[in-house]
Amino acid sequence: MVRPQDRKFVTADPEKCIGCLVCEYACSMTNEKTFNPTKSRIRALRLGPLTNLSVTCRHCEDPACVAACPREALSQEENTGIIMVDEEACNGCAWCISACQFGAMMMHPEKKVVFTCNSCKDQPDGPQCVKWCPEEALTFVTAQQLAQKSRISAVKNLFQEAKEKKAAK
Amino acid sequence: MSGETKIFAYAGKILRVDLTTGKVSTEPLSEKMAKDYVGGIGLGIRLLMDNSKPGTDPFSPDNPLIFATGPLSGTMGPTAGNGYAVVSKSPATGGVGEAKAHGFFGPDLKRAGYDAVIITGKADKLSYLWIDDDKVELRTAEQLRGKSPYETDMAIREELGDYYIRVSAIGEAGEKLCRIACIINDEFRAIGRTGMGAVMGSKNLKAVAVRGTKDVNVANLDGFKEFVKMIHERMKGPATKKYKTLGTPENVLVLNSLSALATRNFTNAQFEGAEKVSGEYLNEHYVKKIVGCATCGMRCDHIAVVPEGPYQGSTSRLEFECLWSMGPLCGVDRLDAIIEAMRIVNEYGMDGISIGVIVAFAMDCYEHGVITKEQTDGIDLRFGNAEALIALIHKIGKRDGWLGNTLAEGVARAAEIIGGDAYKYACHIKGLELPGYDLRTLKTAALGFSVSFRGACHLRNGAYSPDVKGKVNRFKIEKGRGKMIADEGNVYNIIDSLIVCKFSRGTYYDGIKDLSNYYTLATGIPITPEELTKSGERIENLARLFNIREGKGTRKYDCLPYKIENCPVPDEGPAKGAVVNEEEFQIGLDDYYSVRGWNANGVPTVEKLNELGLGDLAYIVQAANQGGA
Ligand code: SF4
Ligand code: SF4
Ligand code: SF4
Repeated sequence: MVRPQDRKFVTADPEKCIGCLVCEYACSMTNEKTFNPTKSRIRALRLGPLTNLSVTCRHCEDPACVAACPREALSQEENTGIIMVDEEACNGCAWCISACQFGAMMMHPEKKVVFTCNSCKDQPDGPQCVKWCPEEALTFVTAQQLAQKSRISAVKNLFQEAKEKKAAK
Repeated sequence: MSGETKIFAYAGKILRVDLTTGKVSTEPLSEKMAKDYVGGIGLGIRLLMDNSKPGTDPFSPDNPLIFATGPLSGTMGPTAGNGYAVVSKSPATGGVGEAKAHGFFGPDLKRAGYDAVIITGKADKLSYLWIDDDKVELRTAEQLRGKSPYETDMAIREELGDYYIRVSAIGEAGEKLCRIACIINDEFRAIGRTGMGAVMGSKNLKAVAVRGTKDVNVANLDGFKEFVKMIHERMKGPATKKYKTLGTPENVLVLNSLSALATRNFTNAQFEGAEKVSGEYLNEHYVKKIVGCATCGMRCDHIAVVPEGPYQGSTSRLEFECLWSMGPLCGVDRLDAIIEAMRIVNEYGMDGISIGVIVAFAMDCYEHGVITKEQTDGIDLRFGNAEALIALIHKIGKRDGWLGNTLAEGVARAAEIIGGDAYKYACHIKGLELPGYDLRTLKTAALGFSVSFRGACHLRNGAYSPDVKGKVNRFKIEKGRGKMIADEGNVYNIIDSLIVCKFSRGTYYDGIKDLSNYYTLATGIPITPEELTKSGERIENLARLFNIREGKGTRKYDCLPYKIENCPVPDEGPAKGAVVNEEEFQIGLDDYYSVRGWNANGVPTVEKLNELGLGDLAYIVQAANQGGA
């Protein structure tokens, strides 16, 4: 039985991400041996200069993409949570694309079947987008670690506020 | 005819669009063209030379508007991966017009499969060009008339139904042929100088929208990756610190302390309000976030937001040059107003340097009674009046009234229209307004800016740098400066042809050696540092030849604005009395020409052209020497 604290996925910190697309280039270079963001498994989005975020597959515990596929072309790898695409079975109907809330499931522009983040599982040093991000905005984490991080910063902030209030008095 | 050349990193293809007939065609980019002119401005200027007739009016349908990518565009190369250049005959100078912009547009153009797009003709109504890989079509843009570049960008993405489409567009100023109109992509990244937006407007072309989905492959992926990794590492270090911390506005206090911060239209060289418009003050009170362009491992866009007051919420990216032109140069010491001014300048789509110099010119004329309050439609155009600055920007962007219309022509033409003493206050070289360095106290810069082929520009040879860094006696011009300017000029030509962002130039520790290595890793075309330097020199000579062909390239056009030679610095201190005298300036020109292998009239010799492989253009030299141009 795989525990949630074992499954890692790539997540971006909205405070740090500047929408520079380096992650996209790193991903396409690693997984497709070319420079082409439309073949990247992570996509950065800039909605305005102050609103940037990079998004990729979160290896959901109950993946909507897998459930949506009418041809059983998708499956989730037990240990890692990576979504596996059976490229023979997939016919590019894009039900999984509509099911994924994050736009992390995408159509491969050449293969015409879907593709998504594979956590760079064949790379000895792990996810390449994480390694290349110049802002250290990306981390490869478990849901547990994410929660801890948020808790720690929330508590820090609360104490900081309390201190400031005290100092202001 | 169509076809592709198999060289790496380049797309190998040039797209031609005739807006009059709607005809679209492609042709291959030869390996020789790629190697000799690199890409970006080098390739663009060669295509301009070959695709235009002498004496073509910049606003004629026959003047080609050329979009060019660089060999590294579309790769992961930090800063180089994301650029493009636009080249045309400039409506400001009548010579070479060129500018580069970074952001997100350039790589899509490359991925769509083009090293360059040559646009000629004129559409019968306002239109935009939609390049979707191989599919190219002209679509109506009447519904976008008067919209800002950013609004245009958003509307086109919406219309075409793809948020990742990239758009490069003009605003109202471009539509109305303001000679300082620029082209803007990605909200605030500008093809800023030399009026390229006005050329676009003259073609009834509102925007170019592009979606590129093809691969960009480099010759040596592993080597390229290692190189990029090294640059990323260097970008974390001291070479780019300035751009990541205070940003270019750091210059405000640096230049002020050197008496080189031109103030009130080059009247003073120090600004009493410098602290209030300094990079330090800006960052502490206004900057919300620092973002960057595609593939850039550093970041430099200081996004400033006005927190309160009449311009509350106004948001824009602010760099030194525009902060200076609309701040100290107009005597304005209010950053909130400068941020708002920058925002509306981007909305109209105007050159953020030229606009400030024009307003300062108008203020100078007003204070000296050369233009009256009646002529300003009641605006009190005193130096320091921030509201007047903003009101005048609106007038120029709209070409509103006599004054707006006159100033939209740029200071050189405006001075002629206004007449009288107005020429004394027009701070330009070859028709292009001066950037933010006081040339009376930075004299290498004075010489360097005067010989720049696109008119007054700090980025054609970086000649301000030895002055500011204290490498030379900046209060005089002497022999030796010519070589400094020529050497740097060659490198800058390469930088602008590879389209590497100049903010990252410090990360190429080995200069041209790094750049030639980079080029070969990407393209597979072997090139030595010497050959690449030669290309830089070739591009300089080519641009000079274009200007000569257009009757704007000889010695008499290498000159300085009236104030720089006639109005000594009044401020107390070591710079008091500084002014460029004609004699030292002429010595400087002689020195520069002799280093360049040009004759006393500033015309390249036929031997020089043959040495550079430009022998086919010797007719321009012969005509100039006979005609005594
Ligand atoms: S590389 Fe990092 S900062 Fe840049 S877009 Fe990706 S996640 Fe954001
Ligand atoms: S593709 Fe979307 S739904 Fe599927 S696992 Fe990834 S994030 Fe979840
Ligand atoms: S972990 Fe690897 S596959 Fe996944 S988005 Fe990042 S680079 Fe691409």
